[in-house]
Amino acid sequence: MLLIPCPWCGERDVHEFHCGGEAHITRPAGADTIDDAAWADYLFMRQNPKGLYYERWNHAHGCRKWFHVVRDTVSDQILAVYQMDEAPPDIPGRSS
Amino acid sequence: MQKYSIFSLARNALSRHENWREAWRSPEPKPEYDVVIVGGGGHGLATAYYLAKEHGITNVAVVEKGWLGGGNTGRNTTIVRSNYLWDESAGLYEHSLKLWEGLSQKLNFNVMFSQRGVLNLAHNLHDLRELSRRVNANRLNGIDSEILDAQGVKDFCPLIDTSLTLRYPVLGASLQRRGGVARHDAVAWGFARAADALGVDIIQNCEVTGILRDGDAVQGLETSRGTIKANKVGVVVAGHCSVLANMAGFRLPIESHPLQALVSEPVKPVLDCVVMSNAVHAYISQSDKGELVIGAGIDSYVSYSQRGGFDVVEDTLHAVVELFPMFSRMRMLRQWGGIVDVCPDASPIIGKTPVQGLYFNCGWGTGGFKATPGSGNVFAHTIARDEPHPLNAPFALDRFTSGALIDEHGAAAVAH
Ligand SMILES: Cc1cc2nc3c(=O)[nH]c(=O)nc-3n(C[C@H](O)[C@H](O)[C@H](O)COP(=O)(O)OP(=O)(O)OC[C@H]3O[C@@H](n4cnc5c(N)ncnc54)[C@H](O)[C@@H]3O)c2cc1C
Ligand SMILES: [Zn+2]
Repeated sequence: MLLIPCPWCGERDVHEFHCGGEAHITRPAGADTIDDAAWADYLFMRQNPKGLYYERWNHAHGCRKWFHVVRDTVSDQILAVYQMDEAPPDIPGRSS
Repeated sequence: MQKYSIFSLARNALSRHENWREAWRSPEPKPEYDVVIVGGGGHGLATAYYLAKEHGITNVAVVEKGWLGGGNTGRNTTIVRSNYLWDESAGLYEHSLKLWEGLSQKLNFNVMFSQRGVLNLAHNLHDLRELSRRVNANRLNGIDSEILDAQGVKDFCPLIDTSLTLRYPVLGASLQRRGGVARHDAVAWGFARAADALGVDIIQNCEVTGILRDGDAVQGLETSRGTIKANKVGVVVAGHCSVLANMAGFRLPIESHPLQALVSEPVKPVLDCVVMSNAVHAYISQSDKGELVIGAGIDSYVSYSQRGGFDVVEDTLHAVVELFPMFSRMRMLRQWGGIVDVCPDASPIIGKTPVQGLYFNCGWGTGGFKATPGSGNVFAHTIARDEPHPLNAPFALDRFTSGALIDEHGAAAVAH
């Protein structure tokens, strides 16, 4: 069972949260001009990395706020927490 | 291949079973093969077997980073059925079910395929309608499938609590009598042994670390046991497919999640069919050893940890105890996790990739064991001819660009 560090409520049981998946996916500009491949890339293609992962969580049964988490998908260790409008932080000693 | 039979058993009994030969060789990798299959799970081994058996391509290696069947093949709850909704899926899964039906004889290896019937329970009006629709679709596709009312469920599986006092009462079920379970390890071993007998090299403890390319074409593999050249490479690595795609320079619409299962202490036979429920999310059968085999759900987050959260196990056991009150005092013996490759439309991806000569077979998620023989069969065809078999053509990677998705969330809702 994971303990998720909500920036407002502190560490809480994963049961209270909704996982929002991969972070920093931006909707492509020019919706009426981009081709199907660009849409497929945006809608469906994912990094799914084995290692450092930048993802979104929502404290659904708590404060209901969204935030970002950096987690290692091999150990499930959470390495950093940051706000929705922040850029992904570098993790010292880790590339990706 | 040393043929297994009642006579060979008797003969070997005379020498105290000390003279059985190894079921397959463990050769050193050759510098080059016609085809290399990455991943020694059931699907990869079946692919190699059908390449040799049906397409005469025997200069083949299967490279596996751990041991045969050590991935999801050896970790799954072994439910086999073909009652999927859409025509494309019906074609693929029923092809596989037909291959299961003669598999032990073909492989000369007892895969313990037991067609004991699979129930999918309905707990509300919507479930009933959804199941009826699926049963009708199955029958139009020539797949055996029927609807039972609550009494019919009770008659078929007397253990289930069908009283109306349940929080989620059982209103009926779909039943596929030809569905059932098989022995997971035996499937990997049976295909491995038969493929080896046809000349396929099975190489364990050999991890692929890079994919070699010459421009747009695949040239071979970098592995922990050296470079292996091949102009055709089939990748069948389930939860690790994105890692391999990354080595080849493209992305997949896949996310990898832990999926757990658990078994109880063994007891006398009590449950002689497979029971699944989408709504309360539980699925259960009893193994020939007597253990209850229970599948849980996936964790919601991406993880390669090969273990899941206890909360998921807890939720599953709630549901099981509600349906089968008599199991409330059973003790669970073991619990484990696999990494499943979840695709947005709950259907697999089988076919070509942006790299010439590189083929992927993945995205089976929580439900690919049932497809093991069929998947290997059509994937071998795809690799041998460099074009998909008609049955797997709709399952190409480019359906995510064309929009021709094959949405099987209904048939695959309970992770199985
Ligand atoms: C708990 C659980 C329950 C399930 N229940 C069912 C069920 O009831 N019915 C059903 O139909 N399906 C079920 N499934 C799904 C099913 O197990 C899988 O879809 C299926 O077994 C996949 O087979 P595979 O051969 O493709 O993958 P795997 O058996 O996972 O084989 C892939 C292999 O690739 C190897 N590999 C990975 N990376 C590399 C590398 N870099 N180099 C070399 N080798 C590599 C792995 O070690 C692994 O052995 C379940 C899965 C789980 C985890
Ligand atoms: Zn909070």
